[in-house]
Amino acid sequence: MSNYTENELAKDLEDQEYEFGFTTDIESDKIPKGLSEEVIRFISAKKEEPQWLLDFRLDSFRKWKEMIEPEWAHVHYAKPDFQDISYYSAPKQTKKYESWDDVDPEMKETMKKLGISMEEQKRLTGTNVAVDFVMDSVSVATSFKSKLKELGIIFCSFSEAVQDYPELVRANMGTVVPSTDNFYAALNSAVFTDGSFCYIPKGVRCPMELSTYFRINEGGTGQFERTLVVADEGAYVSYLEGCTAPQRDENQLHAAVVELIAKDNAEIKYSTVQNWYPGDKNGVGGIFNFVTKRGICGTNSKISWTQVETGSAVTWKYPSCILKGDNSIGEFYSVAVTNHFQQADTGTKMIHLGKNTKSTIISKGISAGKSQNSYRGLVQIHKGATNSRNFSQCDSLLMTDECGAHTFPYIECKNSSSKIEHEATTSKIGEDQIFYCKQRGIGEEKAISLIVNGYCKEVLNQLPMEFAVEAQKLLSISLEGSVG
Amino acid sequence: MIKINNLHAKIEGKEILKGLNLEVKAGEIHAIMGPNGAGKSTLASVLAGREEYEVTEGSVDFDGADLLEMDTEDRAREGLFLAFQYPVEIPGVSNVNFLRTAINETREHKKEDPISAKDFMAMVREKSALVELDAKLASRSVNEGFSGGEKKRNEIFQMAMLNPKLAILDETDSGLDIDALRIVANGVNTLKSDKNATIVITHYQRLLDYIIPDFVHVLYDGKIVKTGTKELALELEEKGYDWIKAELAN
Repeated sequence: MSNYTENELAKDLEDQEYEFGFTTDIESDKIPKGLSEEVIRFISAKKEEPQWLLDFRLDSFRKWKEMIEPEWAHVHYAKPDFQDISYYSAPKQTKKYESWDDVDPEMKETMKKLGISMEEQKRLTGTNVAVDFVMDSVSVATSFKSKLKELGIIFCSFSEAVQDYPELVRANMGTVVPSTDNFYAALNSAVFTDGSFCYIPKGVRCPMELSTYFRINEGGTGQFERTLVVADEGAYVSYLEGCTAPQRDENQLHAAVVELIAKDNAEIKYSTVQNWYPGDKNGVGGIFNFVTKRGICGTNSKISWTQVETGSAVTWKYPSCILKGDNSIGEFYSVAVTNHFQQADTGTKMIHLGKNTKSTIISKGISAGKSQNSYRGLVQIHKGATNSRNFSQCDSLLMTDECGAHTFPYIECKNSSSKIEHEATTSKIGEDQIFYCKQRGIGEEKAISLIVNGYCKEVLNQLPMEFAVEAQKLLSISLEGSVG
Repeated sequence: MIKINNLHAKIEGKEILKGLNLEVKAGEIHAIMGPNGAGKSTLASVLAGREEYEVTEGSVDFDGADLLEMDTEDRAREGLFLAFQYPVEIPGVSNVNFLRTAINETREHKKEDPISAKDFMAMVREKSALVELDAKLASRSVNEGFSGGEKKRNEIFQMAMLNPKLAILDETDSGLDIDALRIVANGVNTLKSDKNATIVITHYQRLLDYIIPDFVHVLYDGKIVKTGTKELALELEEKGYDWIKAELAN
């Protein structure tokens, strides 16, 4: 029996290109590299922002200058030179798109390649995803806006929200992630350019999935978007977020802030499929993904984070829940895949403040190549959070002998009526399992995909249908040729 | 169907098969018996294409093709099935999803269209009844949390679904109680036709009360040393293997 196919196949796949590595050739408005008060004033003026927002930015910038880049994460990388980044890049098209027909054909082509076919969506009735597309620094198209408006739901770009709903933005922005929260959150607060804003009024159940698609296109830029989702009392929304970037030799910085506010009896489900360019097989290039995501729960409310992380050279991300209201629920479901030289330090924080609060953490890490994959989580139960409960499960799957999986669980409990459970496993993908599949006629790549998807099932089940299929495909692509 | 000629194989430098010859024709059932360490499971593994084993000499013709040149998955797609002695658990992957993938990979290999969901489910119902496998097990994760007997019945269920030309049952009787043994044997007998063949590897004569072999071979020290009919199995049961060893020594 020849071993030729396997080696050949592994090599072919290693050289296989990142599917979304193309760039779109559209003229853009990009300011020179560098970060200063002037740059911030420029961004704010460009976006015709009110004074309070400029003040918020400048205040954040001053504080950021005093802060030190965190080093506690289990990742190693050359620190970005913050003066070597352009902080504003926008596709050159000054007027806001009124309808889909106004969108630049090049841009439409980009979206088509990314699988976001709004045209198709427009045609089909009964579709249930509304999309906001953010390229580089600005939001370029939001679909279904009018339909949502009938229900009083606001779903628009962050910039538009600042213009049209300044009070709503002002009252909520920075309340969950203060500008001084951490180094990257402060940077974002100073220079953020766009993002998505969503407000669901009292008692309204959003009838469709709301989705934002983030895309870094320009070289030498960073992407700093902000997302703010507010579900008023008794409201429900399911929100999806997808990300891709072109293939470049440089490391590009993505430092986002996401804030979720679930008022009493509200529920927010936030799903992410993160597929930023991970760098090549030698670890050159790729996105630095330094993201702060946090939600706060009112009484009887629920926030559920689901993430499938396959991209980025370095990931530093801890979607968290502050369970402030009594009986509130926080959930975190995560699949993090690292291959080649990728590094991920990701997990969650569950802060129990209210009585009878509950949190669930299911984390599945998959490491391949020479990558490092860490779970870092904090479960903190405060004194007043009586009868609180947490269940954590952290599993790690190793595909090769050269990769690493690490778990850093922090647990703090300050009352005796609460209950915390933590389970963890580490396993290597079984040669026996692969052989068993092959003996049934299933090829190696398909076998790995089957086994890995089975391993991640609990998390993938949390994703909305459309996303789950995409995520499964992504997992298979990320791990092709990875067993060693 | 399959013709094994002077097969030598080793694992970790140790030679296990030392010139094995065996021919199985369509429509036949062959039993391979032998003491521990004789090479019975090695034979099954080598035929299925387990990579840890290195074939150093000999040839295997499988229905006109050179079996040893084929990848593991292609051997399966061409109709070679191994019922595992220790079936593997695959958490999170449902039995039906697993089988549907297997069937469709085989169909794709043969340039056929994927099986329709309706036909597939009808087949699941029909074949699971054959081994009295609870329909619930069909939708559970592959072998996860199955009892020993359920795992073995699941192997025969998979065999029924995949409809192989040549099935190799590696100690399928081990760990089965008498009822499960009867069910498994009944499944194998029902699937028997003049177009397929079965190799039954077993320690004990017991299974051969239910699956009647056309030939019984004794495998000892990496070679087939004696071939007979089902009476040979009874003789082995009664007298053990020592008399064969003694015969060989002379």
